[in-house]
Amino acid sequence: MTRQLTDRPSAVAEAGPALRRRPKWSGRTRRDFFVFLALALPNLVLIGVFTYLPLINNIYYSTLDWTLGSASATVVGLDNYVTFFTSSDAAKVLGTTAIFTLVTVGGSMVLGLLIALALNSKVRGTTFARSAVFAPYVLSGVGVGLVWLFIFDPGYGVLAWVLRGLGQQSPQWINDPQLSLVMVIIVYVWKNLGYCAVVYLAGLQSLPQDVMEAASLDGANGFRRFLSMSVPLLSPTTFFLLITTMLSSLQAFDLIRIMTPLGNGTSTLIYEAYLQAFGAFNRAGYSASISVVLFAILLIITVLQLRFVERKVHYS
Amino acid sequence: MSTHRPLSRANIVQTIAGGYIPLILATLVVFLPLLWMILSSFKQPGEIITMDLKIVPESLTLENYNIAMTTVPFAQFFLNSTIVTLVGATVKVLLAILTAYALVFVRFPFKNAIFVLILVALMVPPQVSILPNYILIAGLGGKNTLWGIILPGLGTAFGTFLLRQHFMTLPASILESAEIDGAGHWRRLWRIVVPVSVPSIATVALVTVVSEWNDYIWPLIITDRPETMTLPVGLTLLQNSEGNGSGWGILMAGAVLVIVPILVVFAALQRYIVAGLTQGSVTG
Repeated sequence: MTRQLTDRPSAVAEAGPALRRRPKWSGRTRRDFFVFLALALPNLVLIGVFTYLPLINNIYYSTLDWTLGSASATVVGLDNYVTFFTSSDAAKVLGTTAIFTLVTVGGSMVLGLLIALALNSKVRGTTFARSAVFAPYVLSGVGVGLVWLFIFDPGYGVLAWVLRGLGQQSPQWINDPQLSLVMVIIVYVWKNLGYCAVVYLAGLQSLPQDVMEAASLDGANGFRRFLSMSVPLLSPTTFFLLITTMLSSLQAFDLIRIMTPLGNGTSTLIYEAYLQAFGAFNRAGYSASISVVLFAILLIITVLQLRFVERKVHYS
Repeated sequence: MSTHRPLSRANIVQTIAGGYIPLILATLVVFLPLLWMILSSFKQPGEIITMDLKIVPESLTLENYNIAMTTVPFAQFFLNSTIVTLVGATVKVLLAILTAYALVFVRFPFKNAIFVLILVALMVPPQVSILPNYILIAGLGGKNTLWGIILPGLGTAFGTFLLRQHFMTLPASILESAEIDGAGHWRRLWRIVVPVSVPSIATVALVTVVSEWNDYIWPLIITDRPETMTLPVGLTLLQNSEGNGSGWGILMAGAVLVIVPILVVFAALQRYIVAGLTQGSVTG
């Protein structure tokens, strides 16, 4: 953590007696006060209105029985939450969210680590391969979703063609609820594993070289070295990735919307909240209550992260 | 790591098996779907609707692009996306520079508390705010307008955070000499801080451009008329009208139009983009 310059007083004081301008701040302090507001206020107001205010409004809306677009609403207290948690929806949506999140997080982290190991080898072309693997992460989820939907198409898709060559029938990726979840998970992992690979690569490259070499002199072979040295030493990176990929998996929307518009088997919390308010039902209050549940989960993960990052994840 | 016996046969085999093959496989897994998209966008319908797969199109035809452009107003989508991205990114980068400068270099009583509020905002996902923001913006008459698409995303916690971290590392000496010369905050910001921070600002700008271009959930909700749709939303419209099956070539042409611009930007400036998007992993 390099912080050479924070607030000026101490820095000026260190600069020597030539700069003795310590007292008599009042005029400047007042001027700085207004300069700060002029510079920072527009951004702070925007963040307040469009990030903080919605959190409060969401909680308020979640207590209403309210059809989107209707002028009137009735306060129903916690009814929306009761409806959600006592209906069969809750189990289905929470289950889908859990499966989607765990498999995408696990899949992209394991594959990301494997690719990072390959990228860490001393052969030519790793820089190019690194960029290539990262590329899907920056591409439009809508575009990517369409491309993969074509690949998975049971009639004219490449995958169906390959399976026909092997004498197999293509599964009904789109119509079968379980398979559609599998399909979206595969594409999500494809799109996001480059992120994990690049972060893991940075972690691998910051491992202490002397320790690794000592282990190899002791006769530990590559795999042993990886399991007993690299994996534990990478735990801060793993923890960081676990949190960030979990947060983004819980917010995954674009691919689900494009590949399975009706949410058939792929209704995660975020998608269910979207469908309830903006799909066929216009149930604004109910949708808000699902958003609040999602936000509570995200908040818990974030708090856990802050707790652990403070205590455990320090390199030097 | 090939430290011993550099040219032994075992070593060469190991380098190829352990080094090149995984790299080539990983690269192919990324590129083949994208290559497939591009090839398919130039195929005639008969080459797509067939059980007998042809990899390379027999003749390159722009027909799919033509149909995509006439079925839905693609040129309009492209223009809308460009406006939203340029205006949104410019304002966001500007706000990020100003806020970060204020947080680091201007004396103010509650700076730490403000910074914590920005950090927390960084963690609030925009997805949970869509319904309240929809009601707010629709109430202001922003439905189906470009400003309605742009406005809610303008506040920037990410850019502010990233630039603040960078400004903190600037050596005190360069600013002090400017202060002695009597330069005010405005001049110090534009003459000194911004010029020495170009790489960091470029990182913020590029990451912002990419995310504005790809942004989907908000424009999808706040627009339902083609005149104000952005590319990703327009692509959804195209998907609805082309349905499943016969229109794949047309849909791939649409996908090319949304994916390729970012792919080009990424290829040219990937160093900054990767650094910006993986920021935080190194600083913990």
